[in-house]
Amino acid sequence: MSTVDLGMPSVRPQHASPSSTLRGQRGFPAMAREELADPTLRGNLRRATSTIQSKRSAAVREVRDWQKLRSAGSALKWQVTDHLPEMLEQLEESVTAAGGVVHWARDADEAGDIVTRLVRERGANEVLKVKSMATQEINLNEVLAHAGIRAIESDLAELIVQLADDTPSHILVPAIHRNRAEIREIFLAAMPDLDPSITDEPSELAEAARRFLREKFLDIPGSVAISGANFAVAETGTMVVVESEGNGRMCLTLPRTLISVVGIEKIVPTFEDLEVFLQLLPRSSTGERMNPYTTMFTGVHEGDGPEEFHLVLLDNGRSAVLEDPEGRSALHCIRCSACLNVCPVYARTGGHAYGSTYPGPIGAILSPQMTGMSGSDDPSSTLPYASSLCGACYDVCPVKINIPEILVHLRAQDVDRRRETRGDFHSSWDLALQGASTLMSSPRAYDLAVRSAGPLTSLLGGTNIGRLPGALPLIPGWTDHRDLPKPGASFRSWWDQREKDRARGGSAPATDSTPQDDRSGLEEQS
Amino acid sequence: MSGWDDARPARTPGVSAKEEILARLRTALAAPRRDEITTAEDVPRTYQRADDKQELRTAPEKVRGVLVQRLEDYTAVVHRTTASQAPAAIAAALGEARSVVVPSALPGSWTEAVTADLIVDDGSASPRDLDAIDAVLTGCHTAIALTGTIVLRADGRGGRRAISLVPDHHVIVVEAEQVVLGVPKAIERMGEDPRAAWTMISGPSATSDIELERVEGVHGPRRLDVVLIEPEPEPAPDDEAGAEPSAEQERTS
Repeated sequence: MSTVDLGMPSVRPQHASPSSTLRGQRGFPAMAREELADPTLRGNLRRATSTIQSKRSAAVREVRDWQKLRSAGSALKWQVTDHLPEMLEQLEESVTAAGGVVHWARDADEAGDIVTRLVRERGANEVLKVKSMATQEINLNEVLAHAGIRAIESDLAELIVQLADDTPSHILVPAIHRNRAEIREIFLAAMPDLDPSITDEPSELAEAARRFLREKFLDIPGSVAISGANFAVAETGTMVVVESEGNGRMCLTLPRTLISVVGIEKIVPTFEDLEVFLQLLPRSSTGERMNPYTTMFTGVHEGDGPEEFHLVLLDNGRSAVLEDPEGRSALHCIRCSACLNVCPVYARTGGHAYGSTYPGPIGAILSPQMTGMSGSDDPSSTLPYASSLCGACYDVCPVKINIPEILVHLRAQDVDRRRETRGDFHSSWDLALQGASTLMSSPRAYDLAVRSAGPLTSLLGGTNIGRLPGALPLIPGWTDHRDLPKPGASFRSWWDQREKDRARGGSAPATDSTPQDDRSGLEEQS
Repeated sequence: MSGWDDARPARTPGVSAKEEILARLRTALAAPRRDEITTAEDVPRTYQRADDKQELRTAPEKVRGVLVQRLEDYTAVVHRTTASQAPAAIAAALGEARSVVVPSALPGSWTEAVTADLIVDDGSASPRDLDAIDAVLTGCHTAIALTGTIVLRADGRGGRRAISLVPDHHVIVVEAEQVVLGVPKAIERMGEDPRAAWTMISGPSATSDIELERVEGVHGPRRLDVVLIEPEPEPAPDDEAGAEPSAEQERTS
């Protein structure tokens, strides 16, 4: 097979637009350090992720053929990625046949332009939105705001995030980092008609959101809603939107015009294949047997729902993900967020540390592939290291994306690129190993080095060694992404001390430099 | 200046977005790969499908039992009844509602005992009109026992999607032959008309967005009642046992 197609040999897969919210301002280690310093955030996250994890495992245990469903889901997604061009054309044909209009957007900028134009043409200066990762990723709300159009998020968590002028930190529960008291404050500040006697009971807060949005749902001027879709069926042109609150149904049913922005990887081949995904998604995602509401619609339905349906198919870096055979299965993700909730790294740092719309383990493989990794200064290059490679994400993934394997693959890519661009990478490594070899071949030199390590590092603050300057041999590469526990006394110096104490007379009191003491000190702070 | 942030994705002049995206994808897929291409035939269909033995052989009353339990798990109120008692059960489920909207083709008997104002939807009521109506009564297309899900098709029984959404109280009538055990059987039934507008409902509207605590009732109907019409109990071979169900019916009516 040739890479030349349709007489366009120069067409290469492209990374996402720089205007996308996929690349952080700073690298993961710096961002994580900041987030970890917030004890409220850590508490909120711990509670939320452990609750949802146990709900999920109970819901999954109920299903006897779960592993077989996962295998089918995975194979279906491979089928889609392997036949993506044909399936997209099939989808366009079936949506068009059902009265919908299909638009193609190469990148975030083009998608933003298309949606802005559609909204403007309909004279709307406000639009309703259903929670959607794709519109988050292309920063649609801001793009619309520049055009003088106000986008109102209708999902409760998105609304909380929007009213607080915050950014989402979880795929499924974007306000997972906020507790009820914080949410009450946000509502009081942003909803002028809200009775200040409202408590922080979740039911009262939900009621406040209901009243706030009800008027918009019933009568939105201009009558335009914007959504994403969980699945797009190539065979029939059916869009599937899975939700809980009913805000999705409101937006998909009541306005006159519906615009759905959908990533090109959201395809499922046939209507029948929904029997697999509608079992995998709700249980993996919210830990429910089924989510409260699922809407399926195909184009325009006469006398029911929107009179116009526009589907915007979005590339924005997805073709670049597809180009790497070892990494392309990141496109199989159905955005359930199970991998976030089980991840020991995510559960501590939260989603903001990843700096991308897609946080957690899936974000760590998806975002850098969508943006590309251009060297060690690029925040995206730090994401493949935001993992302990424990493998929990792979175990829970409903479509069996081998996240740890892709993380390692991307780390290797990053190392190779750094070697190419910096050149010195190889030699510093060699130098460090040479030094270690000299040190270790002389017992006296080694003993001296190990004995002095404890006192030397005690000059540094804190209990652990953080990122070290690049001038030191060997250690910096390690401390870029991990803390190093400070060495205590070496075994030899401890032994010497012990012998001395014994010689001085019998029962030596334990000194605070015993290796055991150091270890218990470490446990306390972890 | 950082090297990464000015790298805008390239576009080929004179090529449409569609052609360009498809060409990008074809280039991407042409990269040498180690694994085989997956086709539809390669998808392992070893999970329990619509024709699974459990789906086909489980006794219908047992399947209905699971449905009721799962519905109640999500705080829907279930009224079990029979065809002859259905009108009374439906009226009871509607409770205090003073106005009720119904789709155009509900069986007439279902509304026989309803005393509230009955509005038969002709597609003209605006969302705001619907907001002023207390309740909505619909039939359904399929009910899934294992997940406690009721599937509505936007037709004469399920109604226009807006009517089952805006009023705050939704009463759904489920008939015994519409109940299936698992999701695959339901998708098979829906697959006969995949291009219809479908709504799958599992319990009342809910959110878990605040500290993951489930709160019932956000934007969709906050109350969900399900009236399940089951077969009349079969007359038992001897008279004594046959007398029992009728005594029961008298008590409930």
